[in-house]
Amino acid sequence: MVQLSLPKNSRVQSGKHWPAPAGAKKVRSFKIYRYDPETGMNPRWDTYEVDVEACGPMVLDALLYIKNTIDPTLAFRRSCREGVCGSCAMNIGGRNTLACTHGHGEVPGKAVTISPLPHAPVVKDLIPDLTLFYAQYASIEPWLHTTTPEPQTEWRQSPEDREKLDGLYECILCACCSTSCPSYWWNGDKYLGPAALLHAYRWLIDSRDESTGDRLDDLEDPFKLYRCHTIMNCAQVCPKGLNPAKAIASIKKMLVERVV
Amino acid sequence: MSSSNNQFRTPLSRARGLGASHHGVAHFIAERVSGLALIPLFIWGAFAGIRLAGADFDAVAAWVAIPLNAVLLSLLFVALLVHLKNAIQLVIEDYVEAFAPKAALVIGNLFVCILAGAVGIVSILKIAFTGAL
Repeated sequence: MVQLSLPKNSRVQSGKHWPAPAGAKKVRSFKIYRYDPETGMNPRWDTYEVDVEACGPMVLDALLYIKNTIDPTLAFRRSCREGVCGSCAMNIGGRNTLACTHGHGEVPGKAVTISPLPHAPVVKDLIPDLTLFYAQYASIEPWLHTTTPEPQTEWRQSPEDREKLDGLYECILCACCSTSCPSYWWNGDKYLGPAALLHAYRWLIDSRDESTGDRLDDLEDPFKLYRCHTIMNCAQVCPKGLNPAKAIASIKKMLVERVV
Repeated sequence: MSSSNNQFRTPLSRARGLGASHHGVAHFIAERVSGLALIPLFIWGAFAGIRLAGADFDAVAAWVAIPLNAVLLSLLFVALLVHLKNAIQLVIEDYVEAFAPKAALVIGNLFVCILAGAVGIVSILKIAFTGAL
């Protein structure tokens, strides 16, 4: 059955409080999920008082400020700090987004609550284990399939056909969408999830690809594809403003076109 | 597949699972077509219900016995139960993970809907052909 409550060893307890440094001008609390599997202890909420005047405007700036000046044990992923790599995806103020492009001033309420992406195993603190998510992406074979011998130069494509890839190719695989999807929470082992399906559609409508039918065959399944119930959380949280739900609806439409 | 069997499988093997079953589009189409059919049938049914409100047993039986009413009522029943069966099955697949209870519930759902449909349609036809009593 669906697990509606957390198992005993996952229940989050209250943790440490780290007061603001002396002379702080503008203080804001950051309530952050902490978990270290090596200690064998339950996860906890640590609260850090951050001088937001002393750090940059984004949530990632505040996290780096905490790691550099308050608590070096805080673990999180980050790389490009400009919304291109997707490493710093986490749940901020109850919503999946990228810490590097989300301002802490945008988060309503007194404290900024930060937890790892929902319903994924936690490696440590804000780092989720996305192994299966990446494998699901690999399972849709995200590369050009062709049988025709390769042309001397490039595979050609009209500007109109190239335009069809807009709104799809921009996905950075941050996993904000898939981990915000209730269907993916309940059936994440069988349902491919919005990110993988958006990429599946990106290859389905690529005019250069010669495996459209095979790709559709591999998607036609009550679980792999049809777990999408158009809940739309994916489109709501996508930090790149993409619409995976629309891409999934287009795959369903292609499958109907094939039989009608 | 239970998670305990998965520890030595590669992530790609876990993601692929048992592969695609190559069905699902028929269920998807049936959901939409039955939903579409229910729009006019439901409007007709609602109007008929309002018109028959307060009518006595014999008047309702006479109304059901009119061929067009019997046909539309039967179609409403069929469309409603096809829609219901597909919708409930979707909910079961969403929330019940283990194979045995899932299969039992999906089959149970199918049987209940077929039984309800058979009882309903036979009753309507009986009234239409031989009267209510």
